[in-house]
Amino acid sequence: MSTSPATFYERVDKAIGNPALQAAVRNATSRMSSGRDAAIAAFPEMDVMRDHARAIRAHTIARLDHYLREFEASVQRRGGHVHWAATSEEAVAIVVDIARQHGVKTVVKGKSMVSEEIELNPGLALAGVEVLETDLGEYIVQLDDDHPSHIVMPIIHKSRHDVARLFRAKLQATDDEVADAPRMAALARRVLRKGFLQADMGISGGNFGVAATGSVCITTNEGNGRMTTSLPRVHVALMGIERIVPTLDDLGVMLQVLGRSATGQKLTVYSNVMSGPRRHDRNGGREGESDGPEHFHVVLVDNGRSAIVGSELAEILYCIRCGACLNSCPVYQQIGGHAYGSIYPGPVGAVLMPALQGLHTWRDLPQASSLCGACREVCPVRIDIPRMLLELRDKTTELGLTPIWVTFGLTVFRQIATRPALFRRAQALASWATRRLATDGWIKSLPGHMARWSKKRDFPAFAPKTFQQLWEGRKR
Amino acid sequence: MTRVKLLVTCLIDTVYPQVGFSTVALLERLGVTVDVPPNQTCCGQPAFNSGSWDDARAMARHLIDVFGDDDVPVVVPSGSCGDMVIHQAPHLLKDDSQYGPRAAALAARTYELTQFIVDVLGVTDVGARSGDRLTYHPACHGLRGLGVARQPLALLERVEGPPRCPLPEAETCCGFGGLFAVKLSEVSGSLLDRKIANIEASGADTLVATDVSCLMHIAGGLHRKGSAVKVKHLAEVLAEGRSQ
Repeated sequence: MSTSPATFYERVDKAIGNPALQAAVRNATSRMSSGRDAAIAAFPEMDVMRDHARAIRAHTIARLDHYLREFEASVQRRGGHVHWAATSEEAVAIVVDIARQHGVKTVVKGKSMVSEEIELNPGLALAGVEVLETDLGEYIVQLDDDHPSHIVMPIIHKSRHDVARLFRAKLQATDDEVADAPRMAALARRVLRKGFLQADMGISGGNFGVAATGSVCITTNEGNGRMTTSLPRVHVALMGIERIVPTLDDLGVMLQVLGRSATGQKLTVYSNVMSGPRRHDRNGGREGESDGPEHFHVVLVDNGRSAIVGSELAEILYCIRCGACLNSCPVYQQIGGHAYGSIYPGPVGAVLMPALQGLHTWRDLPQASSLCGACREVCPVRIDIPRMLLELRDKTTELGLTPIWVTFGLTVFRQIATRPALFRRAQALASWATRRLATDGWIKSLPGHMARWSKKRDFPAFAPKTFQQLWEGRKR
Repeated sequence: MTRVKLLVTCLIDTVYPQVGFSTVALLERLGVTVDVPPNQTCCGQPAFNSGSWDDARAMARHLIDVFGDDDVPVVVPSGSCGDMVIHQAPHLLKDDSQYGPRAAALAARTYELTQFIVDVLGVTDVGARSGDRLTYHPACHGLRGLGVARQPLALLERVEGPPRCPLPEAETCCGFGGLFAVKLSEVSGSLLDRKIANIEASGADTLVATDVSCLMHIAGGLHRKGSAVKVKHLAEVLAEGRSQ
């Protein structure tokens, strides 16, 4: 589902024409990237750890059905419930059902990209359930009726002043309450605290599900995750079916590469591992666990994922959503997340969106890359995103979705480039034409589609004689 | 005597023949005999990157025929065309029983220019001297595609002349990306602006890289802005001998 009705190219133009947005995104991504680089420089084992993390992900995805069944059995053994959702509609219906079953009126929610993917909040609102986002960034997104523009930092596109304006408008905040970031956070905290104490149900995402123990692990830096999952009497964890790791040891490896890659932290501040609902002692007395929800539900969302398993795009399911590829991507840095128009933006989104929902909707995203390879370089599980962008471009052409000027132009070029005599004639013609169009060796304005090149840069006149011609001359 | 075949690349052939001659001069100075197999055209990368893989395969097959099946090393003064020959062509032709193995064999004996000089010949001081204040842009495909990072730096370090000027955000893409610069011209252009601002901030008067495609893009931006900074392929810098 697109987050915007405009075309990709319209959104890109809008982003490029917004220097404030570019500055905000550039600042945040470069801060995250240098944090990551420093954390990795201080951890010599990182390379080995990344190999290990990749091996765990590859192993798990290759045997996903096995580990999902094990995970389900383990959750049930702990007294939790597992629900399988094939589509986003099914996933929303399951969560709405759970809410009805438990007479839920209000929900507090931790950050979950899957909940954005399945459009959970509108679904719950329709069912008369009130939802409060409790991740600070997501709370701001919710207040502003906006969408996250980054998978880890949802409001990377907003400045402090934007948030101050929003709090004044929506929370009737005073000048003092929005004077600086800590005071704004304190104000949000007061609102959220009330929500935590009142909510009937907490909804979280799930960074990892541990097959052996049936545990769900969520990582947060604000502590809202543990409040969301331990205070209300019902906890629902939403996870993509690919979020599984086999054991707690494997989880330890993933957490070490996740924090460092995402924010440059050795570990996120809170890593919560939750295994089933609160346990009471045999007589229902005070000897059992002192906190935790009475009911524990895990919703495993497929929504296009199982179709990727075994395909040439399967590697994208290794992703642990650290956001390092977004931060390192020069294209993301220039346009921000909203320009992609997708829930998952940046390099990972450019593969994941067409993989999940098809190229007919997302044909433009694989083009949004200069193939510089920065994403592959930083990925904690070494996903070869450029390779898959190229595969998707090939598929786009196969489906007849590549613009005709590109495919036709390249077919003509191929006919010429596989016939050396013709190639030489074409080179001579191009040399003549470019030199005619040029002044002092440079062309200011090119014809046809190439005009887009000459909007920002001059184009060189070609040499009067090619290297190969001159080389022939030298040999004689 | 070492003998190599030069893969001149279509862009050097057509637009920058002097880079081809600098490459030859440099290799000959290092005692290498350079052959230029005739009938070279394009390695097929533009088609490959744009998703026209059938067209790319046809061009890759032509390239394989041109370079033959001997064991003479192939040297290419471009990380991007090098990546195409070394990584992408074997991938493209993996199901082709005739050309697949030939693509793999060609890939195994193909070297990007600085890789060949530093890793195969074992030379870092090529006897070059430059009067220019040089800064270096590590082009993406050479840097991350081929992992050629230290070789160009080692060669540059040994060039006599004014100290090098470090380039801020050196490893950030210049925005070229082939047809990307046309399809997403605005994004590409804003990356180019960023690269040019960094080049000007470096205090250099000459930008050096190992790929003429990026250099063509950056030079076009520098010229549009009326900048005095020049661009040179690393081979041109290295070919300027100390005695000349």
